Amino acid sequence: MSTKTHSPLQIVIVDDSPIRAAILEGGLREAGYTNVLRIEATADLLARISAVDPDVILIDLENPSRDVLEQMFQVSRVVKRPIAMFVDQSDAASIQASVDAGVSAYIVDGLKKERIKSILDLCISRFNAFSRLQNELEQTKSALEDRKIIDRAKGILMKRKNLSEEQAYDLLRRTAMNENKKIAEIAQSVVTASEMFK
Amino acid sequence: MSLDGGWLRIGFIPLSDAAALLVAVDKGFTAEEGIDVELVREVSWSNVRDKLNIGLFDAAHLLAPVAIASSLGLGHVKVPIVAPFGLGVNGNAITVSPSLYAAISAAADGDILDPMVSARALARVVASRKARGEDPLTFGMTFPFSTHNYHLRFWMAAGGVDPDEDVRLVVLPPPYMVQSLGSRHVDGFCVGAPWNSVAVDLGIGVILHFVSEILARAAEKVLAVRASWAGENPDALRRLVRAHRRAAAFVEDVANRDEVAALLSAPNRIGVASDVIRRTLDGHMKVAPDGSTRASDRYIMIGRRSAARPDPAQAAWLYAQMVRWGQAPLSAELLATAKAVFRPDLYDNALEPEPGNPPGEPADGIGAFAGPAFDPNDIAGHLAAWPVRR
Repeated sequence: MSTKTHSPLQIVIVDDSPIRAAILEGGLREAGYTNVLRIEATADLLARISAVDPDVILIDLENPSRDVLEQMFQVSRVVKRPIAMFVDQSDAASIQASVDAGVSAYIVDGLKKERIKSILDLCISRFNAFSRLQNELEQTKSALEDRKIIDRAKGILMKRKNLSEEQAYDLLRRTAMNENKKIAEIAQSVVTASEMFK
Repeated sequence: MSLDGGWLRIGFIPLSDAAALLVAVDKGFTAEEGIDVELVREVSWSNVRDKLNIGLFDAAHLLAPVAIASSLGLGHVKVPIVAPFGLGVNGNAITVSPSLYAAISAAADGDILDPMVSARALARVVASRKARGEDPLTFGMTFPFSTHNYHLRFWMAAGGVDPDEDVRLVVLPPPYMVQSLGSRHVDGFCVGAPWNSVAVDLGIGVILHFVSEILARAAEKVLAVRASWAGENPDALRRLVRAHRRAAAFVEDVANRDEVAALLSAPNRIGVASDVIRRTLDGHMKVAPDGSTRASDRYIMIGRRSAARPDPAQAAWLYAQMVRWGQAPLSAELLATAKAVFRPDLYDNALEPEPGNPPGEPADGIGAFAGPAFDPNDIAGHLAAWPVRR
């Protein structure tokens, strides 16, 4: 019995985001789970999972193939071992946390809950870290775009109205304040209008 | 206008039978009832179920059998759900590849439009494939606890095909269904609108049957809320049901069809061409790539003929299929729990009560193409009529 509980777990990750899957896989390996395999969600997902015969399956909640995994709860010849979703009826907070993070775990029936709990916690923290990274990236990207459009609008104003760079920026800023809009929005209107007058 | 009905977050899957919900919100009917709704488009029934169960959603567009399975604790956490409003009756169809269609046609001993003829022909196709040592046919459906699963099984088993032994049934998300038929991962599927039409338009599928030819009345999706939520928010629930009844009537009025189809086709709603949605709502379908069409006034019913009023006999029929295929044990207690998911009283409570099904509807409320009339109080009797079961 003890040898069975300590055998390495075969973990499958179903995630269409390769970066997030890599982050998760890295985390699992650091934690000592070395049997990790990433499978892409395609039409024959169930057959491919069955071939691997995993102990644990991790799937992102944005994946339509989650419904495919639900078939594994059913006793059928398609599936070797019945799989259950990891839910601890007594632990609503952990379900909430995993749904919020956007990940779900399925485990082979009979696997000890304590063993899977640490894996799920790791998933949740990696998924959350990934969304934070993504948000930061998007903010940086949009700040960069804002700067570009403001520079273009400044250039147009300097040329058309014969202003200095400082004066052009000041005009954009004051207009934005008067209209209760962002400077980038006013800059965008200047650029659009100038295109139309070309 | 005060929003005293509160703020609700409601999940849906992009399908034609979300029409009443989407129209209720987008036409402002919910707002006029004082309810502020945030619609959340979801990618899987598992997500809809889980988010409803843990309270991230206040209500959801849900497969009727999932509402029952959740209330019975089948396959997942037990969370009692109630359905105060039916979002659709019928709407599914069975589509097969052109080659399987040809094989079934060749093996048919009568009009293939008759589901018994087609089911028996399928049995012959299955037998001859087995004799030749070929792989079993594979059919796609959307969820273990789905009408699509039960409709496929009910149809083929009536012709003598054992859905677990003779063919393979696999779950596929509806958007993957069509490509799986094209890539021959499946030979056919049962799915809701508009995906059958999409397969026909791509020239890779032939609609074999509207499910309304197999069951005259089959509850499909419901507006689902947690039983506890219904108990705590009776006023919001009444407002929600009223807005839905108004929306269902709006959808059913043919004069509004273009507007409804355009609204539903929006990328953040169903995201499929409006003429495809219009065809499904009209029940006038292109059934084969050669352009042949078939019409049925029962293809999908969003509120007409009392379709929106939850009928506990429908819940009993769905529970009977769960028992038939080994998903649930048979007990009087579970039957009572299943029936209590469908709540005509909450529906009637929202406005003046509606009588039961109008004249012309099947006497047993189901109208199956085969077998004895369905008695919602005698599940064992229903099962005894079928040799193929678990």
